[in-house]
Amino acid sequence: MKAKIVITPKKAVLDPQGKTVQNALAHMGYTGVTDVHIGKYIEIELAPGTDPAAAHKALNEAAHKLLSNPVIEDYKLELE
Amino acid sequence: MNFAVLQFPASNCDQDAVHALRLLGHSARLVWHKDASLGATDAVIVPGGFSYGDYLRCGAIARFSPVMQAVRQFADNGGIVLGICNGFQVLTEAGLLPGALIRNRDLQFHCEYIHLKTLTTASPFTGRIPAGQVLRVPIAHGEGCYFADEATLARLQARQQILWQYCDAAGQVTDGANPNGALQNIAGICNERRNVAGLMPHPERACERILGSEDGRWIFESIFAALSAGPVLQPA
Repeated sequence: MKAKIVITPKKAVLDPQGKTVQNALAHMGYTGVTDVHIGKYIEIELAPGTDPAAAHKALNEAAHKLLSNPVIEDYKLELE
Repeated sequence: MNFAVLQFPASNCDQDAVHALRLLGHSARLVWHKDASLGATDAVIVPGGFSYGDYLRCGAIARFSPVMQAVRQFADNGGIVLGICNGFQVLTEAGLLPGALIRNRDLQFHCEYIHLKTLTTASPFTGRIPAGQVLRVPIAHGEGCYFADEATLARLQARQQILWQYCDAAGQVTDGANPNGALQNIAGICNERRNVAGLMPHPERACERILGSEDGRWIFESIFAALSAGPVLQPA
């Protein structure tokens, strides 16, 4: 079982990395890019036989407490 | 006075903090992050550095170190806690201070002198700073941009929790004087109870003329005075 967590900066937070990459794409000649945001991707492997519901609950807690900072980030959690 | 200076893996300004405090005539010792107890302590310094390599987010892992339980308890009891640079980051991650510190807006690491305007002397960290005194203190950080949402910023302003803003040598708070994009040029804040504070600049590196500035002394002298005066806080 694998958990996939995508962490992105909140809209209100300045994202200079995203802006820099956006500029770089423009310089490379790519058009039509209106915005770029840089986030984080975390993969967590779980032991086989783990209860998905319990894992989901625990991972949400972990994502809220450690993996993301709710002041500046949003996260999306997927279990497969 | 007895100061406890925390030490996490990859803290690197802990020795400087101990040195500065001893230089100013007080007792200071290092407390390893795994210690569950602070021992006999009058105030806690959470020092600068790159605790845990800044992995995940600056201070994100350090905040879960065993010693932070003791720090939280100490703060809950009204004890004075000062976070410097990475220490400020640890305190925001721990929720002991509001907001967060994010990457400098120009994506550069800034290692330079800045100037600070003190907004209020009503705190144990600013009580002895003379009115109008501009402090010249060094910064050294890549993630020092203070962020908080609108509601939090409004609350910080209303309750005078913003202790220091970046300003120019003349004391003017301008965008040009802002090294990292921090909202409202915020360099340091305190909590609502005014016993916990954090700032990005390094006052411990500005206590000796030979290093270039002695303005950091004002902040430490404020703390010493507050500790000598006894309880400075309203009961929670």
